[in-house]
Amino acid sequence: MFVSYKWLSEYVDLDGMPSKELAEKITRSGIEVEGVDMLGAGIKGVVIGHVLEKEQHPNADKLNVCQVDIGEEEPVQIVCGAPNVDKGQKVAVAKVGAVLPGNFKIKKAKLRGEASNGMICSLQELGIESKLVAKEYSEGIFVFPNDVTPGEDALLQLNLDDEVLELGLTPNRSDCLSMIGVAYEVAAILDKEVKLPEIEVEEAAERTEDWIKVSIEAKEDNPIYIARIVKDVKIGPSPLWMQARLMAEGIRPHNNVVDITNYILLEYGQPLHAFDYDRLGSKEIVVRRAQDGEQFVTLDNAERTLSSEHLLITNGKEGVALAGVMGGANSEVEADTTRVLIESAYFNGQRVRQASKDHGLRSEASARFEKGVDPNRLQAAADRAAQLMAQYAGGQVLAGSVVAGEIDLEPKVVSVTLEKLNRVLGTNLQAAEVEDIFRRLKFEVKTDNEEFIVTVPTRRGDITIAEDLVEEVARLYGYDHLPTTVPVGATYPGGLTDYQEKRRTVRRFLEGAGFNQAITYTLTSEKKSQEYALESREPIKLAMPMSEEHAYLRLSIIPQLLGVVSYNNARQIDSLALYEVGSVFLKESGAELPTEEEHLAGAITGLWEENLWQGENKAADFFVAKGVLEGLFAKLGLLERVAFKKAEIAGMHPGRTAAIELDGQEIGFVGQVHPQQAKDLDIKETYLFELKLSPLFTAETEAVTYEPIPRFPSITRDIALVVDTNVEAGKLEEIIKEAGGKLLKDVRVFDLYEGEHIEAGKKSIAFSLKYFDPEKTLTDEEVVKVHDGVLEALKEKAGAELRS
Amino acid sequence: MEQQLKELQTEALAKVEAAEDLKQLNDIRVAYVGKKGPITEVLKGMGKLSAEERPKMGALANEVRAAVASAIEAKQSALQQKAIQEQLEKETIDVTLPGRPVRTGNAHPLTKVVEEIEDLFISMGYSIAEGPEVETDYYNFEALNLPKGHPARDMQDSFYITEDILLRTHTSPVQARTMEKHEGRGPVKIICPGKVYRRDNDDATHSHQFTQIEGLAVDENISMGDLKGTLEVFAKKLFGEDREIRLRPSFFPFTEPSVEVDVSCMCGGKGCRICKETGWIEILGAGMVHPNVLEMAGFDSKKYTGFAFGMGPDRIAMLKYGIDDIRHFYTNDVRFLKQFSEHE
Repeated sequence: MFVSYKWLSEYVDLDGMPSKELAEKITRSGIEVEGVDMLGAGIKGVVIGHVLEKEQHPNADKLNVCQVDIGEEEPVQIVCGAPNVDKGQKVAVAKVGAVLPGNFKIKKAKLRGEASNGMICSLQELGIESKLVAKEYSEGIFVFPNDVTPGEDALLQLNLDDEVLELGLTPNRSDCLSMIGVAYEVAAILDKEVKLPEIEVEEAAERTEDWIKVSIEAKEDNPIYIARIVKDVKIGPSPLWMQARLMAEGIRPHNNVVDITNYILLEYGQPLHAFDYDRLGSKEIVVRRAQDGEQFVTLDNAERTLSSEHLLITNGKEGVALAGVMGGANSEVEADTTRVLIESAYFNGQRVRQASKDHGLRSEASARFEKGVDPNRLQAAADRAAQLMAQYAGGQVLAGSVVAGEIDLEPKVVSVTLEKLNRVLGTNLQAAEVEDIFRRLKFEVKTDNEEFIVTVPTRRGDITIAEDLVEEVARLYGYDHLPTTVPVGATYPGGLTDYQEKRRTVRRFLEGAGFNQAITYTLTSEKKSQEYALESREPIKLAMPMSEEHAYLRLSIIPQLLGVVSYNNARQIDSLALYEVGSVFLKESGAELPTEEEHLAGAITGLWEENLWQGENKAADFFVAKGVLEGLFAKLGLLERVAFKKAEIAGMHPGRTAAIELDGQEIGFVGQVHPQQAKDLDIKETYLFELKLSPLFTAETEAVTYEPIPRFPSITRDIALVVDTNVEAGKLEEIIKEAGGKLLKDVRVFDLYEGEHIEAGKKSIAFSLKYFDPEKTLTDEEVVKVHDGVLEALKEKAGAELRS
Repeated sequence: MEQQLKELQTEALAKVEAAEDLKQLNDIRVAYVGKKGPITEVLKGMGKLSAEERPKMGALANEVRAAVASAIEAKQSALQQKAIQEQLEKETIDVTLPGRPVRTGNAHPLTKVVEEIEDLFISMGYSIAEGPEVETDYYNFEALNLPKGHPARDMQDSFYITEDILLRTHTSPVQARTMEKHEGRGPVKIICPGKVYRRDNDDATHSHQFTQIEGLAVDENISMGDLKGTLEVFAKKLFGEDREIRLRPSFFPFTEPSVEVDVSCMCGGKGCRICKETGWIEILGAGMVHPNVLEMAGFDSKKYTGFAFGMGPDRIAMLKYGIDDIRHFYTNDVRFLKQFSEHE
């Protein structure tokens, strides 16, 4: 909402308070003033001129040479290119030495050989937006009404010495979508009175009810409809001051009748519609729901298909206005209109919202209906419009209004106790202070045993419960004056849940291991949503996606991380280690909401270790990724329960991918991205992992108990085995552990060899076995006995021979 | 014999002096001082000496032996010294060469901001509550006093999946769910961080996915003063001890009264580009929990009051680090991610 300072001061005595200060006060008590615009800023030396002569420029078809009286001794000669300039017009002249917006200085000039001492200005040249300039002047200069005097300051005439406050209204404060509403707000802040406009309508003898009948079929959508009629109007421009005010508040002037309805909309917040009575096509107004598929041409000449969700004003047969949104082309006020029907009605907000949404027609009127207008202003707005049409369009107002339907005009009564106010605010306010605030708001208040019984005027439809009154008191008392305390009372220890703690542990571990955390989008394309999914499900689609790229909920994080790798690779960043912790979304048949499963995903590419001058670079590989995960599982106390098993997963290298199992349940995978996929994505060799976090975090782990530091020495035996190449190290380790029994403390692979010294189809793999007895020093014989058993088991179960 | 011993001494000392390494020195020790050495040999001729001369010669022989031994010892220590010296010289490195890099990674800047806020409130007795990102219309809107058709729903244009299921537009549904779980018994003190989604075109200041962190405290006698005090602690911790806050009345359907909270700008109120010359930066929305919200979640609004606040870590991180484009958070350019180390 734009608020003209000068206009506002007609309703409230602003005591000449600077606009910036006023803006700050309004902001601090509840309505954010988003800006203060000084109209005419940067303009100097623009006066009214009277075009005395106009001649065609001798050397230019499109220019005219004008003699203009600017209130000085001699007229000045000005060359003007505007198509609509003419002899006898009163116009705005930027004199030599004048300054226009953008620091454009007017100098003496010669245009194609003719002297030009100044410039005749369009409104756009005076800083007014094109969309606010009346259509007839939009391509040329602005022509003033004849009653202005040459030499006068043109800015004053155009109200360009005004300032405009831009209010950022929250949805509850629709009461401030009117000048009068803002006046009440400002009056409360400044503790002033409100001066309402005086309405006096001189009525003709003819009665409105003899001219029109109004009936409402959709009473819920339209509880009340008031019609007034003004005859003998003469369509023409509205007075300059009115046009100037409309423009200052962002509305383009049209003609006197339309401008007056818009002026009332701004003044009272009540949208009005003016019909050409003679074009209505009947002598009745019937308000009903539109039929599905009903066609209607709105006054922007667009043919619209309506539905039964839309409310239509009809002449009993066909539509004449889409209620609260836009009038019809068939009944529009035009230059030859002489009889006007003024509609002042209360339309249901949701109904108007539906229509404005369905037809993409959001207007000043629909915005106000959607939020609810003040029922007590319907009649006043209609009367005031009639009065102004008599005054500025020469009309005669018919006697009385036709009122169909009825609406509750009783103000609401809301109560709040002093105790509650003080308890909620933490203050120690006295009854008199509170009463004073209600008085400033012009709310009638009765105090009964420290309970305030407040009659809330209908203009403040947002106040319905005690808490709303608490807010009114708080904002006018001032939040700066509230005490600063912290909650007291029973306290419970806060903190993270076990799950949240573990998530932080995972994050810190990976960051310590050199991974940077990424956060990618949850919404993705149909294709990416399903790639690399740990569980294949039908992806969940948005009803109305904004783009194909963000249409589905992800089932896996990896495709998004691959996107990040690709982005970075394309920017010459070849070495990366990234992880992300985030949810994937699994559709559940029968359940209302999908299952949200938190996953950990990672990507590593390029150099894992980089030490250039010592020449010890290590490229990321499968075992780097696996090692990180093993470290992570160890950190979570689960390493012994995790197994890596060769697996084939779409998009992954079939020979370099392992499924990860925890206690035999698959929880994720690790491996190399398929070289073909890497090529398609234009990324370097990349290793990936993705895991479900919940099984890791909810697995029962044994509490840490102290294990004595060994007092006896251990004995280590190294063995090199020759086995078929397809025998997995994990299998051998399993056999060793089983056969080694209790005495075997540790097994490690320390060498792997395939090549010329080994028979084809075989490999050599060396293990280091550590035997240990916590009770005593082991003897050689004891070890030999177990160790031989191990060797035998290896031979028997894996065909492993000791390498000679 | 005396002569012989003296010559032996001179000869041995000269050899010790000439010895170049520990091995040579050891050979000399064995040769001269050992049991089979020339001194012992000379002493074998003692039988021929008179009873008076015998002890004298014995003493002299011991002197010679001691002199040689001590010379060897001195030489040995000198040689050892030299050997270490040589080793040190050989092992000298250029300490200005770069060290072996240890990989380090960082938390995402949004996570850093979220955790900082979480930890602050944990220290004030809050727990961290989380909830689904795909929500029902009921929890996302209706339970928060935003019935269907409420104009304020326009403030949060949403991604619907079905008519009743949508991507949450704020983390407030977690508040509603948590309050329900408390079955009408306070206190409830929670912080709700998480991802949220709104229908916005991605640009420098808008993102269809962003982060939110909200707080809720419900108990008997929670006041607006408590909200103000709590947020003051928060602002000073997050932005610096010298910062102030101010509350401006505002509107949210789920709180009444509602406020927007500004923190004083780092320019100290003089006005700068960041605060658009106002001296204040808007950082969060807050208010007293609307009685409808309390009642819907099963709390008696006559007995209980509460405050709630919500803020965007994206915006806070942008202010804190001077980041000019919200899209950086989701692009994950490593050159961006690497800037947020743990040093502060």
